Amino acid sequence: MPVNGRWAGYWALLGARMKELWREPEVIFWVFVFPLLLALGLGIAFRNKPADVTPVAVVSNTHAQSVIELLQRSPARSSIHADVLDEKTAFDRFRLGQYSLVVTSDDNGLHYRYDPARPESVLARSQVDDALQTAAGRSSAVKTETTQSSEPGARYIDFLIPGLLGMNLMNSGMWGIGFAVVDMRQRKLLKRFVASPMRRTDFLLALGSSRLVLMIIEVALLLGFGVLAFRMKVEGSLLAILFVAALGAICFGGVGLLTASRAQKIESVSGLINLVMMPMWIFSGVFFSYERFPQIIQPLIKALPLTALNDALRAIILQGDSLASQWVPLAVMAAWGGLSFVIALKWFRWS
Amino acid sequence: MHGMGAAIRCRDLKKTYDGKVEAVRGLDLSIQPGECFGLLGPNGAGKTTTIEILEGLLEPTSGEVEILGMTWPGHERELREWLGISLQETRLSEKLTVRETIELFASFYHHPASVDNVLEEMSLTEKSSARVGTLSGGQRQRLAVATALVGNPKILFLDEPTTGLDPQSRRQLWEIVRQFQQRRGTVLLTTHYMDEAERLCDRLAIIDQGRTIAEGTPAELIAGLSGHHVVEFAVHGGNGAGDEFWARLPGVQAVRSEDGFFALQVDEPHHTIPALLEAVQRQNAQLAHLTTRQASLEDVFVHLTGRHLREE
Repeated sequence: MPVNGRWAGYWALLGARMKELWREPEVIFWVFVFPLLLALGLGIAFRNKPADVTPVAVVSNTHAQSVIELLQRSPARSSIHADVLDEKTAFDRFRLGQYSLVVTSDDNGLHYRYDPARPESVLARSQVDDALQTAAGRSSAVKTETTQSSEPGARYIDFLIPGLLGMNLMNSGMWGIGFAVVDMRQRKLLKRFVASPMRRTDFLLALGSSRLVLMIIEVALLLGFGVLAFRMKVEGSLLAILFVAALGAICFGGVGLLTASRAQKIESVSGLINLVMMPMWIFSGVFFSYERFPQIIQPLIKALPLTALNDALRAIILQGDSLASQWVPLAVMAAWGGLSFVIALKWFRWS
Repeated sequence: MHGMGAAIRCRDLKKTYDGKVEAVRGLDLSIQPGECFGLLGPNGAGKTTTIEILEGLLEPTSGEVEILGMTWPGHERELREWLGISLQETRLSEKLTVRETIELFASFYHHPASVDNVLEEMSLTEKSSARVGTLSGGQRQRLAVATALVGNPKILFLDEPTTGLDPQSRRQLWEIVRQFQQRRGTVLLTTHYMDEAERLCDRLAIIDQGRTIAEGTPAELIAGLSGHHVVEFAVHGGNGAGDEFWARLPGVQAVRSEDGFFALQVDEPHHTIPALLEAVQRQNAQLAHLTTRQASLEDVFVHLTGRHLREE
């Protein structure tokens, strides 16, 4: 006759939970595929484009060739594209927006035709004029120097990926625990479990552990995607990132358990979960910085668990900050998670 | 170990919900080891409340419960190891296979039965790698009982085990219960099917409105009915004689009528039937229907309460 040890129930519950998740196509999509699609979509939409090349038409006459030669000599030649066209075609295409500027050169000098209502046209005028004057030998009255800055770490996608990671940990924690618990309660499976010698703590531990396993996959996928697809640079230590993500997963697991502690029906818990998550989608700086909200509500925003998670993730991933420096957001998460868990256990209904 | 005394005992059990609804109003039961005991009664009689109190899932409002000589408070962990419980309508995880489900429940017990043996015994071996979501009603119910039996229980609790099942699945389940009993297991089941109670249970308590209204072996309960035979008939024409007329026939103990059919409870049909035929003829009426049968538990219930077990 087989004999089961103390932890047999825990391992069997964890195994069963992982199998159930793995066999649920919706879970795979929402937890793993959806955040990647979101990152991909937003990353492409807000990518840092190289400066546009300015299209310029040069009216064909005896001076046209010298204009082209001047442009080719200028330091700005790579950002200006010039075509030589007869006057009518040049004006027509300018009107249609194909060219931002028409340059006519005659014995009196250069003549620019531009549209002050079109920003790119205004830009083109000063850009081309500057290029031509410099190439023709004008020297600057004041010495200037410029540095280009679009390094990895400061781009929108770098801001976005840690935010998406935080949001994903919240979503899957709330749904993964809250929804699963109410579903099992509605099926009377919780009641069936407590009618057996199953230890209730094992059940809760197994639920929490299944979240941690998924958390590791979520972090690996999103960060890996950021690094591979957007050449994102991860500054902080992986261990610190995993620690913060684990605390986040446990924190939202606790909030999810609290949300689900009494609800009898899937419908009621779904509404409750969305109600709890909505303020955090808006205020916690997933897609844009929460600094945009009025100063007066900043302390409230910072007290939200998702804000704390996002802040800590960004500090460690983007700036390479240490865990110790993030003790405030970590404490906020621990407080939310711990308090929710204690209240949830008090209120929890197994049937 | 617990050979002495009752396997399940309760005294003056009461359960009131929200201080108003009295689901159970003073129930006494004493179920012996090795017995198959049935709680028979219509829906809402308090059967499920009673069995869930005995299973330690509900707290009684008052009264005493002893399972294998132990009370629930203070002995929960120990008792859970000895009990196999199948609730009314548990929907097990649809994404797990039959084997995985039984293995999961086996993991909760110190000394579980072999999963292969349980599969075999429940005729689920062929389905062992099928997802629970694909099973038929009968297979699901057998799986539910399998999760109760995999702990090698001393007592098996079954709440409405065959409700909604086809006749073949019901017989299969009865066979499983009998096999468990042959291994000296104690069974407590609830049902509102009188045939199930009659064939499966050694003893029964008929429950109505939270009280026991009769208790004994099925044979005792039927024998306790004055008139263990039932003569059912219908007539065309005649002067529309009512219950009182037919009650005057020789040997009739009680009369019920329903939808133009009369049911006479009689002790000796061979005395009553000739008199019945004569009476019909005298009224210039014609017999449209005539059957006789042994009285059943249904008749006992109707006799005691004036209602049927299955009220539509």
